[in-house]
Amino acid sequence: MSNITQAEAIEKALSNRVRPKKASALSACLTFSGRMLLRIKYVPEQLFDITMFPIIHLLMFTYLFGGAIAGSTATYLQFVLPGILVMTVVMITMYTGIELNNDIKKGIFDRFRTLPIWNPSVLVGALMVDLVRYLIASTIMLVLGYILGFRAEAGFGGILLGLAILLLFAFSVSWIWTTLSMIMRSEKSLMAASMMILFPVTFVSNVFVAPETMPRWLEAFVGVNPVSFLVRAVRGFMEGTPDYQAVLWVSIISLGLIIIFAPLTMYLYKRK
Amino acid sequence: MEELNQEQWAIDAKGLVKVFGKNRAVDGVDLKVKKGTIYGVLGPNGAGKTTTIRMLTTLLKPDGGSAEVLGYNIIDDANQVRQRISLTGQFASLDEDLSGMENMVMIGRLFGFSRREAKKRGEELLTAFDLFDAAKRQVKNYSGGMRRRLDIAASIIVSPDLLFLDEPTTGLDPRSRNQVWDIIRLLVKAGTTVLLTTQYLDEADELADRIAVIDHGKVIAEGTSGELKASIGSGKLHVRVYDPEVRAHAAQVLEQTIQTKVLLGTDPLVLTAQVSDTKLVSKALLAFEDANINISDFSLGQPSLDEVFLTLTGKPADDQTKEEAAG
Ligand SMILES: Nc1ncnc2c1ncn2[C@@H]1O[C@H](COP(=O)(O)OP(=O)(O)OP(=O)(O)O)[C@@H](O)[C@H]1O
Ligand SMILES: [Mg+2]
Repeated sequence: MSNITQAEAIEKALSNRVRPKKASALSACLTFSGRMLLRIKYVPEQLFDITMFPIIHLLMFTYLFGGAIAGSTATYLQFVLPGILVMTVVMITMYTGIELNNDIKKGIFDRFRTLPIWNPSVLVGALMVDLVRYLIASTIMLVLGYILGFRAEAGFGGILLGLAILLLFAFSVSWIWTTLSMIMRSEKSLMAASMMILFPVTFVSNVFVAPETMPRWLEAFVGVNPVSFLVRAVRGFMEGTPDYQAVLWVSIISLGLIIIFAPLTMYLYKRK
Repeated sequence: MEELNQEQWAIDAKGLVKVFGKNRAVDGVDLKVKKGTIYGVLGPNGAGKTTTIRMLTTLLKPDGGSAEVLGYNIIDDANQVRQRISLTGQFASLDEDLSGMENMVMIGRLFGFSRREAKKRGEELLTAFDLFDAAKRQVKNYSGGMRRRLDIAASIIVSPDLLFLDEPTTGLDPRSRNQVWDIIRLLVKAGTTVLLTTQYLDEADELADRIAVIDHGKVIAEGTSGELKASIGSGKLHVRVYDPEVRAHAAQVLEQTIQTKVLLGTDPLVLTAQVSDTKLVSKALLAFEDANINISDFSLGQPSLDEVFLTLTGKPADDQTKEEAAG
């Protein structure tokens, strides 16, 4: 900066003391969403989980269990697809927390926290992009399902309703992981903790088999497992026989999770 | 220090405390920073510089004490504080995965600029900071100096009233360091108050109007660089005689001329003294000649940060010479 013009350029830039109006909450959220999208642009490999999981899960479970459980893979596919869709999307919510756990250690978060913005926008913005990721995963699975012969009785409308309730639940579950990611010191421990929760609740459910075939004590657990309600709700919408009781329960559980874990995440975030 | 009324202080902190477990990282820090000045916080690794800055920038709640930043309380009016300050952290507060320009636009948008305005402001600042050619490159591929400049540029997208710079030049080569110094001076000229932390005495000396020296979470000295130097001596005089026999005599002569205590090193040929007035040093050279004492080395070193600390923390002078002999 030894030459005069450079100094002048700096002085000119500094003399510009305009102070814009505070960014709105929505615009802050969108800016953070934009940040996540740019990161996908630079590291497209991070889309691996949302593209490969749906394909692997669907092929694996349909052809592994299909013959044994339902007698034919075609009948089983029709039964199991909504369940595997739920399982896959609920599983990948975990990555939200892991990414945040990595991200939050970086210096940029100190800057975010000193900016005069609506505090939760950092997280809400990222979760908005995650909704897009869940949607991509769902689309991939549904398209593959259609190729393999799955048909939703209720048509496109039923699929949309099913996706809507699924995304609501996924969004609210994400807040559990954001809370944990504020507490857990390392990515590994966070991964272990989320696996410990996710494996039982996704597998010990009505995803693969009807609960009536299970021992009574297991059936009782499956009956109250939130994932089972979600599977019932999604299946209902897609088959054209909406299960409003399940939809109601899923909505209540989702709102409950958000009401508890969103403020908790923000409390921990501010204290970090 | 003359008493100023409330509005003239950019920072007015009283007895700030932060405890991590049993470690009192910041242990009762008072700071008063006048608006429109550069204030240097000088201290070694682990002194509590970053922790102090994190409290003043509302990132960390103090466990004790209170502080007003630009007239707003850092706890009760945290939002008001955030609207007026900016922080360039010790470790780049940038998104390393994004390009320079994408960082500028993102931060500009968060400050409330429209996408177009943010882009324009980004271009203006990147050009001024000599980063325009690198605007499209990912920050992780920037050099240390470029990263620092981008970090500072991002901090002044909206000119802050008060800018915190945590070790802005640590790890930079002399050229980049000078660039950052120039930027800091221009910032203050444009009306921003700057609080910077550093481990280097010469940096504080060069830039800061006032300096606080901190160690183990406590302010152990405060004043202008002139005042600090006067209190610690402006440097260490190092004399080496040819003949160990004459050392005692040489010490006597030297003590008379420079009027400070002369220490005898473990090396039988060496004498050292803390000097406060450099003018007397040249007289000492003449005095040796008059007394017919031959010397093989006569040098005056700038006080190093180590010496400043040793002097200020009141370690016995004896230890100093021993440590020096050992090192
Ligand atoms: N989050 C934390 N948890 C526990 N201890 C901490 C934390 N942050 C800082 N410390 C401790 O507090 C003390 C002061 O640290 P601080 O980072 O403020 O020092 P510093 O002066 O900035 O040092 P440096 O020059 O290395 O940046 C150190 O002993 C450090 O280990
Ligand atoms: Mg530090």
